[in-house]
Amino acid sequence: MSEYIDQIETGESVGLVEKKFFTFGADEPLVLESGRRLGPVTLAYETCGTLNADRTNAILVCHALTGDSHVAGFYDGNDPKPGWWDLMVGPGKPIDTDKYFVICSNVIGGCMGSTGPSSENPETGRPYGASFPVVTIGDMVRAQRRLVDSFGIDTLLAVVGGSVGGMQVLEWSVRYPHRVHAAIPLATTTKHSAQAIAFNEVARQAIMADPKWNRGDYYESGRPEHGLAVARMVGHITYLSDESMRHKFDRRLQDRVELSFDFEADFQVESYLRYQGNKFVDRFDANSFLYLTKAADYFNLENHYGDGSLVAAFSRASCRYLVVSFTSDWLYPTYQSKTMVKAMKKNSLDVSFCEIEAPWGHDAFLLPNTRLSDLLSGFLNKICLHCRIGDVA
Amino acid sequence: MRFDLQVIATWIEPGSRVLDLGCRTGSLLAHLTEEKAIIGTGIEIDEEAAGQAIAKGLSVIHGDIYEEIEDYPDNAFDYVILSQALMQVLDPETLLREMLRVGRLGIVSFPNFTHYRNRLQMLFTGRAPMSKELPYEWYNTPNIRVIPIIDFRRFCKHLGVPIVKEVAISTHHHDEQGKVITWLPNLFATFGIFMLGQARRPGSD
Repeated sequence: MSEYIDQIETGESVGLVEKKFFTFGADEPLVLESGRRLGPVTLAYETCGTLNADRTNAILVCHALTGDSHVAGFYDGNDPKPGWWDLMVGPGKPIDTDKYFVICSNVIGGCMGSTGPSSENPETGRPYGASFPVVTIGDMVRAQRRLVDSFGIDTLLAVVGGSVGGMQVLEWSVRYPHRVHAAIPLATTTKHSAQAIAFNEVARQAIMADPKWNRGDYYESGRPEHGLAVARMVGHITYLSDESMRHKFDRRLQDRVELSFDFEADFQVESYLRYQGNKFVDRFDANSFLYLTKAADYFNLENHYGDGSLVAAFSRASCRYLVVSFTSDWLYPTYQSKTMVKAMKKNSLDVSFCEIEAPWGHDAFLLPNTRLSDLLSGFLNKICLHCRIGDVA
Repeated sequence: MRFDLQVIATWIEPGSRVLDLGCRTGSLLAHLTEEKAIIGTGIEIDEEAAGQAIAKGLSVIHGDIYEEIEDYPDNAFDYVILSQALMQVLDPETLLREMLRVGRLGIVSFPNFTHYRNRLQMLFTGRAPMSKELPYEWYNTPNIRVIPIIDFRRFCKHLGVPIVKEVAISTHHHDEQGKVITWLPNLFATFGIFMLGQARRPGSD
């Protein structure tokens, strides 16, 4: 997802946070959905707030496709930007770190400190590259479960996340129904549409068409930066909306008063996409992008848990749900959220749903939005009362 | 809380499962949750109102009542409430049947169109009546139906739906207080409130 969180709306910052690492499976590797084994596995994570004495106030926040464990606060005083959901996570904020213990981990397959294709393969001493096993959303969640176990947390008060993070939320609620009190899937889906897979495939092809990709073995020879930048540009378009692009750029020209009649970035939107693409290259690994988009494309809750029936899949769940969609999200449109809500209702699950009017497209869940803040804080307060969680020690 | 909602609240058994159609910001659900420990769900089409209800900690689905009610299994609720929304319902027959499919009992309240003041207005001014209960002109009203209490009874008979309980009320003072009308309700009541039971299936006794 894009990271344009500059504004802090309510509450205070959690202040300084630290990237921590949890490693498991050195002796007993994680058996992946594909049947392949992965171990040892490291997860990069961050925590904010304090775990209470009876370990009942933990909220797991799941990041989106290219996000990371840095959810709120700053790594040091000179950081220009806080974590990706600083708007929501902090003292007095909707996910109130005065009350809740927040855990956010980077997913496996990623490149922000968790084991992924850029990590060293212990068998060869070289980066995995394309020999890294294909991971699924289920595999990511099973790794997160090991992290949650390491805190001695039996049941999470809530699992929250948007987009691919929302897929992890849904997976948690169905895979580990007795370990989740509440689930908040935002701007997400139970399975990718053909359109969503199509965009991901174009993005992957952009990377694989870059000669520097070298079948995933590029860590010593130079990275496929151009392919990755194009992949990001494609992705970025799907996170916005027609209206938000018209509002932000329309057909305005960039640093010029007339057309160049060459292939420079004439239009502001071109320049913006190039900038986003180039910025992304500095922080992300192309192979991780391939693996993570594939994991999102493979996600299919009804097939995996319900033999093709979403109602059957949600019959495993027992938590309370808050489902949120956004009017202008054309990557995961509202009808997909309504489909999951329908299946939850058919199982008599306790579910709330709101389609928030927002012009900014899929990325709306990352932007300041009073409605979303109110929904989250109200819903979490109710869960908190219901579970009668103890005071923070 | 509105007086008609207060009356409805007295009809609800503690601990029951309640679906409130068109729940607005959830004041009835919040009251019932607090006072009667019900397990409640609301459906509300307006984002602002639905958002406020969810933010209160209530379980509410933002959506259209026709579409949303379809998804519930038979007898998922003890009571399904439709308070002051029947005037805006396009197909009351379908909706009432759905209410009594997903709920054991249905509760419906609506402004009584044939209240004497409405009758007098029509008689003396010759114009479409406007009242506190139906405060719209013909060209801007969201209400597509006018419902006299007598006609609603006939409608229930037509559907084969038994009326379990019925109260006619007259309200004033910001609608929070009112009294029950027993004498000529179709003339003197501003609102009718009905509790409906499930229709007998043909062939069953």
